[in-house]
Amino acid sequence: MKPPPFDYLRADTLDEALDALAAAGPDARVLAGGQSLLPMLNMRLVRPTILVDVMRIGALRTVEARGGALEVGAAVRQVELERRADLDQTQPLLAAALRWVGHAQTRNRGTVCGSIAHADPSAELPLALVALGGEIRLRSRRKRRVVAAETFFAGSMATERRDDEMIESVTFPLRKPGTGYAFREIGRRHGDFAIVACAALVDATSARLAIGGVADRPVARALPLPGPDLDEALDGFAWSLEARDDIHATARYRRDLVRRLGRQVIEEAARCRG
Amino acid sequence: MPRLGADRRHEVRFTLNGRPVEGEAEPRMLLTDFLRHVLGRTGTHVGCEHGVCGACTVQIDGAPARACLTLAVQVEGAEIRTVEGLAPAPDRLSVLQESFRAHHGLQCGFCTPGILMSLDELLSRRPDASEDDIRHQLSGHLCRCTGYAPIMKAALDAARRLRGEGETAADA
Ligand SMILES: Cc1cc2nc3c(=O)[nH]c(=O)nc-3n(C[C@@H](O)[C@H](O)[C@H](O)COP(=O)(O)OP(=O)(O)OC[C@H]3O[C@@H](n4cnc5c(N)ncnc54)[C@H](O)[C@@H]3O)c2cc1C
Ligand code: FES
Ligand code: FES
Repeated sequence: MKPPPFDYLRADTLDEALDALAAAGPDARVLAGGQSLLPMLNMRLVRPTILVDVMRIGALRTVEARGGALEVGAAVRQVELERRADLDQTQPLLAAALRWVGHAQTRNRGTVCGSIAHADPSAELPLALVALGGEIRLRSRRKRRVVAAETFFAGSMATERRDDEMIESVTFPLRKPGTGYAFREIGRRHGDFAIVACAALVDATSARLAIGGVADRPVARALPLPGPDLDEALDGFAWSLEARDDIHATARYRRDLVRRLGRQVIEEAARCRG
Repeated sequence: MPRLGADRRHEVRFTLNGRPVEGEAEPRMLLTDFLRHVLGRTGTHVGCEHGVCGACTVQIDGAPARACLTLAVQVEGAEIRTVEGLAPAPDRLSVLQESFRAHHGLQCGFCTPGILMSLDELLSRRPDASEDDIRHQLSGHLCRCTGYAPIMKAALDAARRLRGEGETAADA
């Protein structure tokens, strides 16, 4: 299992990277942490003609809290965010979700933006971004644009990103006082992709639940607060996701997890409101 | 902005276990193959080549990572540490290696180089690592022989010894 041949560009600046993407179009791939791209190359699921390594672009290495959100640049590795001492305070949902992303050995290399770009339907970071209502900042040679997470994910490993665009950064809204957050997932083993992952936000008047691993992309929905109406609403949400049977779990089991785990995270988030 | 062509080999230089090394690699060459075939350092093992088994784990700039998910050209200028760099002298083992030996932390030894590189980093970053911390670090490794219990024992014993809390007791 060896990658097919490709050119390799070690970009020093954002302009170099964007020029290369503009020139090569669909034949180019951004190389970030390589933790999803290298397996795909080794298995020859993709055959780009050029890889554009963006990890040495200094301008993409920043994590900044501003305008009520945490902005994470494209060259920031998952471990860097995970080890921020204040993350539990500034965005507890993101802190909880990060611990479920692969293993320490993959988080040491993998980037936050790479996981968003890869858009695996079971991945934790796209789920957290959708749950929180975050944004993706895209940039090409010609223009910049900002896309809301809920419209960015277009299907399994498909996004609104155009071939000549790269993700420059993503922004996670910071914790709001009076809102509680919770995250849980069920997988076969720790570090495996989720069979079902749930993220919840609860404030004084409403709950919001986002589900990963069931539909072809993470999906969020407003739900009632814990009480008599919640079970029925969860059931409706579970059926709307059109779960399918696969080698990991049956559709029925997935729906059941949405109902049970969904209730648990909403209740936990309600308890954490502070 | 070096652009390295697909059909040629290019000079790659980095530090391996404290010493500068160099060799030639096509852009598509994996770090595992560069270490083993170009540099002849076969201590790093190759299992699955898609990031799952952990046999190929090395330290890249101090952080345990999959060499099979890393291109040789990506580590230009980096500091790489492999299992060959653990022993303090040719005739001595590191504390972690000694503990593995004493507690039968290996049988066939296929998974061992990767596991040692992960645990070595954990124990130096967190000398007080708990059993839970060690389990989390080990979740990134598969061992088909030991059933993990002896590996846990070895890791916990090494942690104690590295903190200066007593000798390896060869298992009773
Ligand atoms: C054993 C193992 C277990 C894993 N388990 C999980 C898990 O449980 N949950 C999970 O979510 N992930 C998991 N992953 C994948 C995760 O580790 C990756 O880090 C992540 O999916 C991709 O991030 P990356 O930086 O490695 O991106 P890369 O692999 O470098 O790139 C992935 C894709 O995104 C594109 N891309 C990357 N960055 C950008 C950018 N800035 N702009 C545009 N396109 C870009 C690339 O071109 C490529 O198509 C696992 C991986 C392994 C090997
Ligand atoms: S060979 Fe690299 S993880 Fe299996
Ligand atoms: S000792 Fe044989 S795989 Fe671990």
